[in-house]
Amino acid sequence: MLTFVIRRMIATVFVVFTITVLVFLIFFHTPGVDPARKLAGRNPSPETIKAIKHQYGLDRPLPVQYVILMKKLFISRDLTSYSNQGQKVVPEIVAATPVTLSLVLGAAVIWVVVSIIMGVAAAVLRGTIFDPMLMVLALIGISMPVFWLGEMANLITQDRYHDTFLFSWVPPLGYTPLTQDPVMWFKHLVIPWLVLSVLYIGLYARVLRADLLETENEDYVRTARAKGLSERRVLLRHTLRTSMISFVSLFGLDFGVLVGGGALLVEVVFGLPGVGLLTYQSLISLDLPVIMATVIYGAIFIVLANAVVDVGYAWLDPRVRPA
Amino acid sequence: MSEAPLLEVRDLNVSFRTQDGTVHAVDGVSFTVNRGEVLGIVGESGSGKSVTAMTLMRLILDQNAVFSGEVLFKGRDLMQLSQGDMLQVRGKQISMIFQDPMTSLNPVYRIGWQIDEQLRAHEGLSAKQARRRTLELLGAVGIPNPEARIDDYPHQFSGGMRQRVMIAMGLSCNPDVLIADEPTTALDVTIQAQILELIGNLQREFDSAVVLITHDLGVVAEVADRVAVMYAGRIVEYAEVGELFRGPQHPYTWGLLGSISRLDRPRQRRLAAISGQPPSLISLPAGCSFRARCPYAFDRCRAERPALEARSGSAHLDACLLSADQKQARRAATPEAS
Repeated sequence: MLTFVIRRMIATVFVVFTITVLVFLIFFHTPGVDPARKLAGRNPSPETIKAIKHQYGLDRPLPVQYVILMKKLFISRDLTSYSNQGQKVVPEIVAATPVTLSLVLGAAVIWVVVSIIMGVAAAVLRGTIFDPMLMVLALIGISMPVFWLGEMANLITQDRYHDTFLFSWVPPLGYTPLTQDPVMWFKHLVIPWLVLSVLYIGLYARVLRADLLETENEDYVRTARAKGLSERRVLLRHTLRTSMISFVSLFGLDFGVLVGGGALLVEVVFGLPGVGLLTYQSLISLDLPVIMATVIYGAIFIVLANAVVDVGYAWLDPRVRPA
Repeated sequence: MSEAPLLEVRDLNVSFRTQDGTVHAVDGVSFTVNRGEVLGIVGESGSGKSVTAMTLMRLILDQNAVFSGEVLFKGRDLMQLSQGDMLQVRGKQISMIFQDPMTSLNPVYRIGWQIDEQLRAHEGLSAKQARRRTLELLGAVGIPNPEARIDDYPHQFSGGMRQRVMIAMGLSCNPDVLIADEPTTALDVTIQAQILELIGNLQREFDSAVVLITHDLGVVAEVADRVAVMYAGRIVEYAEVGELFRGPQHPYTWGLLGSISRLDRPRQRRLAAISGQPPSLISLPAGCSFRARCPYAFDRCRAERPALEARSGSAHLDACLLSADQKQARRAATPEAS
């Protein structure tokens, strides 16, 4: 197990390194992208550009530039934003992380619970009209783009029906930290949670249903019935338990991607100052240090989630445990 | 024959509605199993052996399955019980072991846990008591060092060991009837013999009746007391085991016996095979279902479905229209069937 963890860590470091190099090359040395020109404002003189290049170290050899950037990012942590002078990038990401975590964790709870209920219900109700109905519902959930759904939710809760008793409790777009006011935190997040979870509920319910029906044909489920176990026990302890293996690995990856900045669209639509919104703003202003930092942050989370999935997989399925 | 049989199957029919038509998987099957007896059910793939076994346990959940007939167990008709009442029978009074031990155990649970689960469901044992009983059972089925193996997962066992675990599980609640559905088919020949011996020993020790389903007449010869030969969903011959091997009455049984390779006789020619294919169970021909493959078929076979009845001895039933004398003459002419 220890060698497994160490191997995993070495792989993580390697992946993060590769990603930083790639992102660095893409954003700093793609032809046509000139950070110095971006920094210099309108109609700069060649002298100004030269001075800026020197000031930011952009006139030095590529590997040196890369090392300086990494040093500022990871060691001295004083990398500053281009577009907002004096703004330190690392603290900004640290401040944005709890927002993204709040959003994704809440949504994850909803989508896991609801999709398990829907998937199990559809599998149990197979042969009745409810199974296809649930699956069509799931498909609708998958098909609705999250930005559109978010805007619709805003239109309804912030605008059209905001004054009715249904949605008068919905606060204006924004975020309140959990530590400051838990009730307000919840009110701000509940609609983003629902919007974000819709796609995943649909996906997971369909995957789980298919897995359950496949597992149902396994010999060991027949054995469980032959043992005289109740249908409920056969379903929960035998069919569902083994079907959860693929469910959990899927979950780990999606969760990692979302925490790593994949919830960008929801954060933008609902004005939540998370990592996604930060990435979005930095992309608009081509704020290279921030882009760099958010991408690396995302990569770390995704790789981390992968590692957690591997461990969780071994926990769920004794067959893949290292001997 | 004064005592009522432990398990009596009367005119059992199982059919499945499919898009192509109704498949008559089991067609008027009747047999009895007495306490402490081993009944062998023999037949080729698709002859309805496994469906019969699964039906006894009421484990066929296919919504397109249609059942009729009676399965009398200790005087109660299992076919009439609710699924809830069946839970008290399954695993406790009638238990079952399956063909493929590699897939019959749940891969994610420890084997001890899987046996405990059945014990706790039926016997109301505490976790501690269940574990002690499980250890005893694992020892009884010949798992070496049960204390060390009880917390292993199925993938850490070989096929033969897994089948031993299945047998331990099957016997855990001292069932009256153990149904073994091809328990040795997936195993090596040496392991097969061990497993059969184990089933035989435990059957005597636990005084359970065993319904042994197999396609292997050698297995039947070794452990069964009585044998039912199935063909196309029907029983075509039903006799005490020595009687069946000494004087088989049905041409299908002759064919089965003839297709065993014998090392104790000089090899004269190619192994005899029964020519042709079993009939489609969707459109069974009128008359005898073995007619198309039977070298001795005559006019009556086309029109008349032979009933399973005693034609030679009182306890030896067969479903062939040939007279006993005719059979004897025909069989004498085919050496491999004797």
